[in-house]
Amino acid sequence: MRFAARSEARRAPGSRVRIGWKEKKVDSDHNPTAPLPEAPGVPGTNGGVRVDRADRMVIRFAGDSGDGMQLAGNRFTDAAAIFGNDLATLPTFPAEIRAPAGTLPGVSSFQIQIADWDILTPGDRPGVLVAMNPAALKVHLKDLRDGGILIINKEAFDERNLYKAGFESNPVEDGTLSGYDVHAVPMQTLTKAAVKGTGVSGRAVLRSKNFLALGLILWMFGRDTKVTEAWVAKKFAKLEAVKNANLAALKAGYNYGITTGSFARQIEVRPADLPPGTYTNVNGNAALSWGLIAGAQLAGLPLFYASYPITPASEILHELVRHRNFGVKTFQAEDEIAAAGAALGASFAGSLAVTGTSGPGLSLKGETISLALMTELPMVIVDVQRGGPSTGLPTKPEQSDLFLAVWGRHGESPLPVVAASSPSDAFEVAIEACRIALKYMTPVILLSDGYIATGSEPWRLPDIDALPELVAPLATGPNAGDRFLPYLRDMETMARPWAIPGVPGLEHRVGGLEKEEVTGNVSYDPANHQLMTDIRAWKIANIANDIPDVEVDDPDGADLLVLSWGSTFSAVRAGVGNARNQGASVAYARIRYLSPFPANMATVLSSYRQVLVPELNMGQLSRMIKAEFVTPVLSVNKVEGQPFTSTEIANEIMKVTGQ
Amino acid sequence: MTYTRVDFQTDQEVRWCPGCGDYTILASVQNFMANAGIEREKVVFVSGIGCAARFPYYMNVYGMHAIHGRAPAIATGVAATNPELSVWVVGGDGDLLSIGGNHLIHAIRRNLDLTILLFNNQIYGLTKGQYSPTSEPGKATKSSPAGSIDHAFNPVSLALGAEASFVARTLDMDRKHTTAILQAAHAHRGSALIEIYQNCNVFNDKAFIQLTGKTERYANRIDLVHGAPIIFGAQKEKAVVWAGGRAEIVDRASVNPSDIVVHDAHAQDASAAFALSRLSHGPYGPTPLGVFRSVRRPVYDEVLDEEVSRSRAARGEGDLKALVTSLGTWTVD
Repeated sequence: MRFAARSEARRAPGSRVRIGWKEKKVDSDHNPTAPLPEAPGVPGTNGGVRVDRADRMVIRFAGDSGDGMQLAGNRFTDAAAIFGNDLATLPTFPAEIRAPAGTLPGVSSFQIQIADWDILTPGDRPGVLVAMNPAALKVHLKDLRDGGILIINKEAFDERNLYKAGFESNPVEDGTLSGYDVHAVPMQTLTKAAVKGTGVSGRAVLRSKNFLALGLILWMFGRDTKVTEAWVAKKFAKLEAVKNANLAALKAGYNYGITTGSFARQIEVRPADLPPGTYTNVNGNAALSWGLIAGAQLAGLPLFYASYPITPASEILHELVRHRNFGVKTFQAEDEIAAAGAALGASFAGSLAVTGTSGPGLSLKGETISLALMTELPMVIVDVQRGGPSTGLPTKPEQSDLFLAVWGRHGESPLPVVAASSPSDAFEVAIEACRIALKYMTPVILLSDGYIATGSEPWRLPDIDALPELVAPLATGPNAGDRFLPYLRDMETMARPWAIPGVPGLEHRVGGLEKEEVTGNVSYDPANHQLMTDIRAWKIANIANDIPDVEVDDPDGADLLVLSWGSTFSAVRAGVGNARNQGASVAYARIRYLSPFPANMATVLSSYRQVLVPELNMGQLSRMIKAEFVTPVLSVNKVEGQPFTSTEIANEIMKVTGQ
Repeated sequence: MTYTRVDFQTDQEVRWCPGCGDYTILASVQNFMANAGIEREKVVFVSGIGCAARFPYYMNVYGMHAIHGRAPAIATGVAATNPELSVWVVGGDGDLLSIGGNHLIHAIRRNLDLTILLFNNQIYGLTKGQYSPTSEPGKATKSSPAGSIDHAFNPVSLALGAEASFVARTLDMDRKHTTAILQAAHAHRGSALIEIYQNCNVFNDKAFIQLTGKTERYANRIDLVHGAPIIFGAQKEKAVVWAGGRAEIVDRASVNPSDIVVHDAHAQDASAAFALSRLSHGPYGPTPLGVFRSVRRPVYDEVLDEEVSRSRAARGEGDLKALVTSLGTWTVD
């Protein structure tokens, strides 16, 4: 039996529809692996300036961590999104707040791919690189495409900065950059001139140079500055001088593009042909936060979020605290353990309780999660994964907490694990985690990662009215004559009733000691412990029947199935597309549910001769699949603190398929 | 509804060692709750691990017997999300001062509306007799055969240092005193820590003999009463005075009566309470009992609730559609 090609029609509302993605590109002779249009397809003119049309373009802003590159990138993202491009972003931060200025470890960058079609990734190699200092050039030049556009903050290339970046001579002058379209812009002089008279003085003057660079890039892509101006006006409303300086620098950068002879061309990337709907541009931590709020609203419960600050999960706390009018209560705990404990207490007291963290924090929460599992209380644990072990690479994405999530607790302690696969997907997955936790009275671990957390993409908004109601087995009165038995289960879900303090007659005790089935009294009876262990396992395994099947995208009956989970979705799906365009026959499926696996998982796996699993870890899903389904798996693994590129995935597929 | 003690008892067999001080405390708490007319369904007991932590199983209210040290954190979640409830934490000196020390001080600092019963028996009982953070230095136990080299915590000093708004000390054997302290703590809005000297007759018997012994107690028990001069002794022959910034015990006859410290539990500044807590560093001689400090300051769960109400009043009830469009949208036709 072979799985027929299926569209992703069973997606819940809100996820982006990518039907026809591959076909469109094949039909239009598109080859995503070809270099970007240094020699463009469709030249035009704009007042004498040549306009090159590109179907997509990767732009990378790079500078010292104090240069405001994240801000410039985010503002360009907004401008591109509102213009109607499809896009995906990849911010990269140093782990230190401010590494020594001008050094290689201090470089911060923001990459965005904009396109006139439905893209998935932030792109592999930029076609445009903005380098605000020598260190940024040193770190990023190797990625710039041959012939790519390089915009340099010329005055930062002084002896001292060159030395700090390890340049022996000035690359702007020594021919190093001869293969690129170089624009050495006197950004500091231009910025100083622009902000004169705005009231900003001293060292603060040069802080506006990111807006100068942004203005120039906006001009280059034919965008006006209105969206950015509105943002600046609002953001700096209380800082009149700063607002005016940034606006002046933005304008100056834009005008520099118009007036200088140095820029011979603009690049046009037209609006994407996206499915009709209302879109917003959202990053994963925000979408996940909104999903939790939605989950609580759909369940009619107050949301409680307890967390200890940790990269890259802290923004969830920052986002949720802003939404108290939804009845959201947030709690910044004294440590990771207390955050988990407070969440469990809130769950006992009747809230939809969530704790969020990253890998090291998940280790610390393990004991409390086991208590949640034993007391069978609903709780969602968000793990925004980062490079590990230990402090590892705090600002870099990795998928190496999968084992910890699925198996990392003492005792026999199964629980559901779900994973978000893109920034916007985090909304839907968060709701799903809440749904499962409440319906089955269990802790659920939701895996995200640094790439999803900080990356953004356009999100076609779901029909809020069509989101499902979430239901928990709330006890309203005694369930056995005039008695309340806290472990008398719903025989369909095997969930125990949730009795919230405050209801007379339901007074009961739960705890970490083994419970006697039905009564919930402490029990050391050997047979009861076996029974309860079996019930807890069965309850979780049974969830496989309450989640969607794995959907396989297999247009031509392939022998090879590529499986991904989590944030590798975009690169893997794009890599599959690339490989197909090169003639490979390959099927693709995305796994959202990692524990339990969907009910059809075994059938899917047995339908393919080969299964390829790319992961940003050393083979964790691979080993889970091998163990559970006794299926041979080819692993593609990488832990370099960076997402896969689609090219890496395509190359692996081509190798396996022998093409 | 009127209750009797029986209403607060469960059908579970109480399994402490015969003669354990925990029985007396349980009886005091059950009686107090029945007499105070506290609505049973609004009471939550949270405990960690240890002998004392079995307490919730014996209270016919809502309860969670959680994990070692974490009761204050879990109770924080209960209180923070549900200010209507009367939330109680029960734990021993190992549970609340050792493995759970961090959670204890932060719960106290935040001033959540919690009543924390710290059963201090100066020993690990459930694990059968290791020294605890309140054991006296030099104590020979299974894990310190040559005598403990740890310096001990003074739980009252610790709580005051953690910015406690209510701190008291009582004694398991003295049910009347315990009841009075429970009443005061229950009436207090905010975190209330009650250190209860609790005798472990198996692993640390007679630890509190200086306060419970028929003769010793008269010499050593310093009863703190708000507004009253601090005098004690069988003949009330001892007094407490200020001496060089600290509290000192003197012969009452040797000082001017106006120099005797008048206890002010409601003083906003905790310095005097702290000084009184330093009169003893364990129940080895004259030791103060009673309410050291009881002041009003903002209660975490109330303030959190107000934030939600204020936000709703200012911005209206949250609207999901408005939320997902809050960053700006564009439309594709």
